[in-house]
Amino acid sequence: MATVPTSARVVVIGAGIVGNSLVHHLAKLGWTDIVQIDKGALPNPGGSTGHASNFIFPVDHSREITDLTLDSVKQYQEMGVFTQSGGIEVARTEERMEELRRRMSSAKAWGIESRMVTPAEVQELVPFLEPDQIVGGFYTPSVGVVDSLRAGTIMRERAMASGALTVVPTVEVTGLDVEEGAIRRVRTTGGDIEADTVVIACGVWSPKLAAMAGAHIPLTPAVHQMISVGPCPQLAEKEGEISFPIVRDMDTFCYERQHGADMEVGSYAHRPILHDAEEIPSIEAAKLSPTEMPFTSDDFDPQLEQAFELMPDLLGAEGAEIRYAINGLLSLTPDGAPILGETPEVKGLWSAAAVWIKEGPGVGRAVAEWMTDGLPEIDLSHSDIARFYPHQRTRKHIRERTSEAFNKTYGIVHPGEQYLSDRPQRLAPMYESQKALGAEFFEAAGWERPFWYESNQVLLEEYGDRVLPREHEWDSRWWSPIINAEHLAMRDRAGIVDLSAFAIFDVVGPGALDTVQRVCVAQCDVAVGRVVYTPVLDERGGFRSDLTVMRLAHDRFRVVTGGAHGMVDRKWFADRVPADGSAQVVDLTSAYTTIGLWGPRARDILGELTRDDISHQGFGFGTCRDIETDSMQVLASRISYVGELGWELHVPIEQGNKLWSMLHEAGSSYGAVPVGIGVYGTTGRIEKGYRAFGFELDSERTIVEAGMQRPKVKAADFVGREAYLKQRVEDPKTMLCTLTVEDHTSKSGMKRYMLGGEPILSASGGELLDDHGHRPYVTTAGSAPSLGKHVLLAYLPPQEARLGNELTVSYMEELYPVTVGSADATSLFDPSNERIRA
Amino acid sequence: MTNVLVCIKRVPDLGGEISLTADGRSVDDSGLGHTISAHEEAAVELAITVAKDTGGEATVLTLGSDDAVEQLRNALALGCTAAIRIDADASAQGPADVARAIADVVREREAGGTTYDLVLLGSDASDTGDFQVGIRLAYALDRPVVTAVSTVSVQDGTVVARGAAPDGGSEVYELPMPAVVTVMEGGVEPRYPSIPGRMKAKKVAIEEAAPGFGAAGSGRLRLRLPEPAPSQVTILGEGPQAAAAVVDLFEKLGVTR
Repeated sequence: MATVPTSARVVVIGAGIVGNSLVHHLAKLGWTDIVQIDKGALPNPGGSTGHASNFIFPVDHSREITDLTLDSVKQYQEMGVFTQSGGIEVARTEERMEELRRRMSSAKAWGIESRMVTPAEVQELVPFLEPDQIVGGFYTPSVGVVDSLRAGTIMRERAMASGALTVVPTVEVTGLDVEEGAIRRVRTTGGDIEADTVVIACGVWSPKLAAMAGAHIPLTPAVHQMISVGPCPQLAEKEGEISFPIVRDMDTFCYERQHGADMEVGSYAHRPILHDAEEIPSIEAAKLSPTEMPFTSDDFDPQLEQAFELMPDLLGAEGAEIRYAINGLLSLTPDGAPILGETPEVKGLWSAAAVWIKEGPGVGRAVAEWMTDGLPEIDLSHSDIARFYPHQRTRKHIRERTSEAFNKTYGIVHPGEQYLSDRPQRLAPMYESQKALGAEFFEAAGWERPFWYESNQVLLEEYGDRVLPREHEWDSRWWSPIINAEHLAMRDRAGIVDLSAFAIFDVVGPGALDTVQRVCVAQCDVAVGRVVYTPVLDERGGFRSDLTVMRLAHDRFRVVTGGAHGMVDRKWFADRVPADGSAQVVDLTSAYTTIGLWGPRARDILGELTRDDISHQGFGFGTCRDIETDSMQVLASRISYVGELGWELHVPIEQGNKLWSMLHEAGSSYGAVPVGIGVYGTTGRIEKGYRAFGFELDSERTIVEAGMQRPKVKAADFVGREAYLKQRVEDPKTMLCTLTVEDHTSKSGMKRYMLGGEPILSASGGELLDDHGHRPYVTTAGSAPSLGKHVLLAYLPPQEARLGNELTVSYMEELYPVTVGSADATSLFDPSNERIRA
Repeated sequence: MTNVLVCIKRVPDLGGEISLTADGRSVDDSGLGHTISAHEEAAVELAITVAKDTGGEATVLTLGSDDAVEQLRNALALGCTAAIRIDADASAQGPADVARAIADVVREREAGGTTYDLVLLGSDASDTGDFQVGIRLAYALDRPVVTAVSTVSVQDGTVVARGAAPDGGSEVYELPMPAVVTVMEGGVEPRYPSIPGRMKAKKVAIEEAAPGFGAAGSGRLRLRLPEPAPSQVTILGEGPQAAAAVVDLFEKLGVTR
């Protein structure tokens, strides 16, 4: 058996599905001198992989997760460890049927073959299922099961065969040494390993390992209960591991999966049962494996009855006994997404954790690519470990959020649904005043952000049907027509928008200009007092972000970016400051609050508060400077994300409430209203065709595809420049378009409004495919109240990206006609931008 | 028709490594599940079988806190039809206390018209290993007792108990009823619960009893962990050459035939 080497190019801790897949892909990408260790014995070291139910349903509402799953399935198939069984999600209620129709949308958008089936069809596929218990089902033939332990062995062996990998099992990590902010050494029970790249792929134990280095992997071990019942004669007579489709009984949050002569019943219905990584028993003390915790039968009893209702003849068969029952541990995260990437705390220390069997090999490949050249093929921005704010890494937050989300594993989750636990967290200085205005708060990066204000209810009368009311409960959940009323009032008069959730950081020092020039696509070598909106690219020319940069001094640039992505952006800049320390990134998020003032009366209102010249000539678009407002010094920046005349006003956070009040006082005689993020993030933005990172923009999209290319490219070098220059002369493979919905009437006569994620099809409902091989889907959907239309953004095949082209959108399994209104970044509203430049 | 009473005790479900509580007086069961001793599992299996074979009923009894209801329900799920919990802190009771408390319940039930013709126990509990309760119970009830047998059946009103003899042969005892028998694992394969069994068990009301005396305790001062046994590793071979040895071993263990 191998002994622990004294040094390595990279140490991968963990030999579950993720660690095994990672060492394989690292070796494949040319890494050598890889050392993989695990405290357990091989091939099953005792983590969650060892007791996983090992089935894969490919359809998920998230594109990122679906792509990782599809890649994983390919890899499992190539290794010969995938058995296709088909899978059915069954509905016991009409509400669930609607959710299954929504899953059809995702299946179509991601190009996965699925279909709705009747109870009789379900029974044909699964003869022992009681059809009277269900209303219908969603059948995906490509569902299957894998042998994840065998896959792990194959991948390890491949890496060893190439000479790149040394595997040392039964060695436990006792410490991770960090020097000058970087990982240097892994201490183990078998000796120390010097390494400046270390990956924690330790599943439920990951937080404990990260803590050894002073880093955080914010996940919690949580129980998923599973029992195995058999031998069932109906299954025993069939050859092989699985011959019937897997059934997900969605309304009881349970699944039934054949495993040889047994039926495994798993549940996400029980109370959340959370553990701490430190309290997981050792291998020696565990009865089964450390992650197969003692079964708590009381928690499972209700599920037994529900499973029995669905399959009485099978589960009640003579001789069928509960032969195995565990509280299996798996990893849950506060937002449900995996935790991947280099830790923001420690250079060279990576996380590959909170990953399910269905994503394991795909994650292994993506993280290996990321470690190799920073460029995973699949966009991983929702899984980036850098996304967490400090409060999101605390035990309390993790436990409250995962407890809240656990029963939503099979739940019907509305795309706008908000978390309710561990709130409020971060409060804007004008929070109390917003509460008094009846703000409906949504959460972003922990900030409480007003989405709309009940105080604007009065506007509904003023605007009548122009607010595009929605009849259907689902379409109007987490939404209010007040959003559209606020929008119209802003366009008519003025709106005051709290933007405290912005992440703000300065890049300062003699090397600051070089840093921002290198990171940003747009020309940042501009006069002091200019504001620059810029994409940020990776080396491949995919989006890493889009943000604004204010040049405040020759050696000071202020970066303002969205809260949700702020931490990742900060790391992106901090990773790219010169090594000589000539530039620093200073986080000012908690130092400044930002209030937006926009609308045709914005200048009048601000004029009431300042003696400074804010005329168009005196304060041009795209400039910023300090102005005196009352006794406050306010950094005013004349830009707009809603397409109106106005300013972002930045003040020290302790003066935010004062400025907020003064704007309202000054604004009242001009009819200004408080305006929520419903307008700022959606309606105002999409009328102007503005793209949003995480929706239209991600690392798989380019500036050209997004229709955002400018006539010139700056001469200075920047990350992604070469790729971008190439993209500019090539034909785009897909083009971001704005579409308008022409008729909302469903078969039932009720008008329906898409919410995002729906597939775009040809006029006759045929499938479309862009030159990447992707199917078009709605990246953002929302009202455009000034146009009286519902607007959709979607990347279309270039040949379909024609003004006036008539297509359809599929929503809840019905087709609605849409028309291409813009095939580039030209906005549907005020296309010549007269309002902004007023 | 034989009415069987089977007595069980909730104990920690141990892995390979055992740790003690800080005061050294008991096994640390934090993070552990709970079960009944393997000998008691065999006793429950025999109780259910005897009851079924004779058209009688199997009642399960434990002395313990509310947590021990879990073990009663598990026995009900297997086929016991009634359950009694003597409400007491098991760790504060010595074997004499437990025997006395069970005897009180048996007598009380008898006075109420329910006779337990056969009382089955495990030969000892895995956490204390006293080997006393069965014998003390028989003494208290003035019944015949045999201990440490592997199988029990009732034939023509007589209890037939079989166990291993010291010389490798077997011993067979016949006892008149009512009788007490303590069981060791190995003679029967305990069943697992079925789903319908589990659902039925949920609906059974657990009868409660209270001990009518103060416990004397066990007199135990503290536990001590023995030195771990040296682990012995035999390498059967490497690569395909090891296959024959592995097959031999599997056959010896009864994994394959």
